[in-house]
Amino acid sequence: MSGPSTYEPKMGITKWLDARLPIVRLGADVMLAPTPKNLNYWWTFGGILALCLVTQIVTGIILAMHYVASTDAAFASVERIRRDVDYGWLIQSIHATGASMFFLAVYVHMFRGLYYGSYKAPREIVWILGCVIYLLMMATAFMGYVLPWGQMSFHGSAVITNLIGAIPLVGPTVKTYLMGGPAIGDATLNRFFSLHYLLPFVIAGVVALHIWGFHQTGNGNPTGVSVKDVKKDTVPFHPYYTVKDAFAILLFLILFAAFVFYFPNALGHADNSIEANPLQTPAHIVPEWYLLPFYAILRAITFDIGPIPAKLLGVIAMFGSIGILFVLPWLDRSKVRSMRYRPFAQQLFVLFVLASIGLGFCGANNPDDLLFKFREDKLAVSYTDTTGDAQSRIFDGFDEARQFQNSLPATAGASIEISASGFKWLWISQALSAYYFLYFLVIMPVLGVIEKPKPRPASIAESVRKKSGKTPPTPVNAAPQHAE
Amino acid sequence: MAVAGGGVAAVAWPFIQQLAPAADTRALSSAEVDFSKVPLGGEIRVLIGGMPFFVRHRTDVEIQEARNVDVARLRDPQTDDERLKPKADGTLNPAILVTSGTCTHLGCVPVGPAQGTVGDFGGWYCPCHGSHYDTSGRIRKGPAPLNLPIPNYTYTSDTIIKIAL
Repeated sequence: MSGPSTYEPKMGITKWLDARLPIVRLGADVMLAPTPKNLNYWWTFGGILALCLVTQIVTGIILAMHYVASTDAAFASVERIRRDVDYGWLIQSIHATGASMFFLAVYVHMFRGLYYGSYKAPREIVWILGCVIYLLMMATAFMGYVLPWGQMSFHGSAVITNLIGAIPLVGPTVKTYLMGGPAIGDATLNRFFSLHYLLPFVIAGVVALHIWGFHQTGNGNPTGVSVKDVKKDTVPFHPYYTVKDAFAILLFLILFAAFVFYFPNALGHADNSIEANPLQTPAHIVPEWYLLPFYAILRAITFDIGPIPAKLLGVIAMFGSIGILFVLPWLDRSKVRSMRYRPFAQQLFVLFVLASIGLGFCGANNPDDLLFKFREDKLAVSYTDTTGDAQSRIFDGFDEARQFQNSLPATAGASIEISASGFKWLWISQALSAYYFLYFLVIMPVLGVIEKPKPRPASIAESVRKKSGKTPPTPVNAAPQHAE
Repeated sequence: MAVAGGGVAAVAWPFIQQLAPAADTRALSSAEVDFSKVPLGGEIRVLIGGMPFFVRHRTDVEIQEARNVDVARLRDPQTDDERLKPKADGTLNPAILVTSGTCTHLGCVPVGPAQGTVGDFGGWYCPCHGSHYDTSGRIRKGPAPLNLPIPNYTYTSDTIIKIAL
């Protein structure tokens, strides 16, 4: 809501400065920006995210003073920070936990935006800048996770760089240029460290554009109804929202501190406490929790489509699941911003949130593991028949299986294995991935046309009055200057 | 315009090309391996430029298994002989199998005889997503699309091979 500036310098020095570099004016205009008076606590996550970014930059700069980017010394240097450097345990823990907290907050912030239609005109650019920030966050987090040079750091990054290698034509070259050698090694570690230090400042720059963007258009609000009367519909950001944000930040910091002090390793992976060993792959490679839904989408594609192999399709689906967010403002055809007034969209949105969380669980589990079993495990004898085809037969007991195995000729190469039958995690990831894309590509465009929205309040002020149960002021009274 | 564009590209090129493997990295891209120390039925694992390779001393039974496979039925059809390189005298040495140690699915390192698991086909087993390789390093079961690649190697003597990336 960039109206005319209300800042008036009073002292000689501020007048002098204001004529030359109106930086105080800029700060005052931002802090006193008229803000819709009905913002709920979902709107406090922007402030929480700003705090997260500052926390990561400050702790990160300190860690860089002690960290050594070399395959021989990286793991030991992180252990040294945790054991020997004064308060290193604290700062390292804040940084590692901070990454998870940052993503937790950004997911709430993004779901907020999806529910209240924060991506719709005129805030498309604000939304796209947010998507850029999210992409940069993922790149930063991925490279940061490689730096401690644990087993999961090494093999996780090997999996991701191999994905890039799966892109046709340019993939292998890009992969080599990314790694700086035939495999993940010193060159990779050093360039990842350099970029991991750089990207947060790029994020800070894009955050500035993001904030500039919504100061131009004005904040969205839970009703989605635009501000009609600045005096009736808005309050100054300070002190109304500085206080509200500060309270939310306090609650968030309690959660943050609980992890830092009581569960510093709970969000990490035990395998990363083992130094990287290129010759030994951990049995179960998983990314950090905040990337698990995308890992699930990647692994959900197990079938070729025409000439495109499954591996490449998985990569396309994974990047597509993020890319699709960029065009969301044009996929959603509904004129109504807030899903508060879209009864059907509201329910499908809840399903979308559940699907996203469910995909996270799918990503954490082996696709071939069973969620539940259809029947008791049985025994299967697999063998090669006389025509050379692989066959198998199921038995209830070991004795019968053994008898059948012995009845086959030695050339059949019969072996007994456990035959489990049940619902695979893979099938859940496929169903949830399908819903993820369906939500954006079909539900959003179609629902906007066929859904009949509920009536919206005439203005923000009216929606607040209704909620607080007060009658509208009679026209005789002058409109109140301050919100009730 | 074209001149300015060319100038920009010329200046940009060094800043991109520096990302490529440096000369010392490229220089370390081959190694000599003495395979006479590999026990029968066992293997050694060699890292060259950070890439793992398997050098396996196969038993006669394993060689027979690798040869008895109906090649046409394989996902990535290759005979066992096609997966060996000739010695200096032009003959093959089926006892020694040299393969890449990178699973062709997503790049994990499969486990083998020294790790106690050789998979359903006697060769290697990738614990990440369950690919089984046979005693010739060919993919037999699981998600991997291709056989374990055969690196570029030569016999420099009766007991030494030189593996290059």
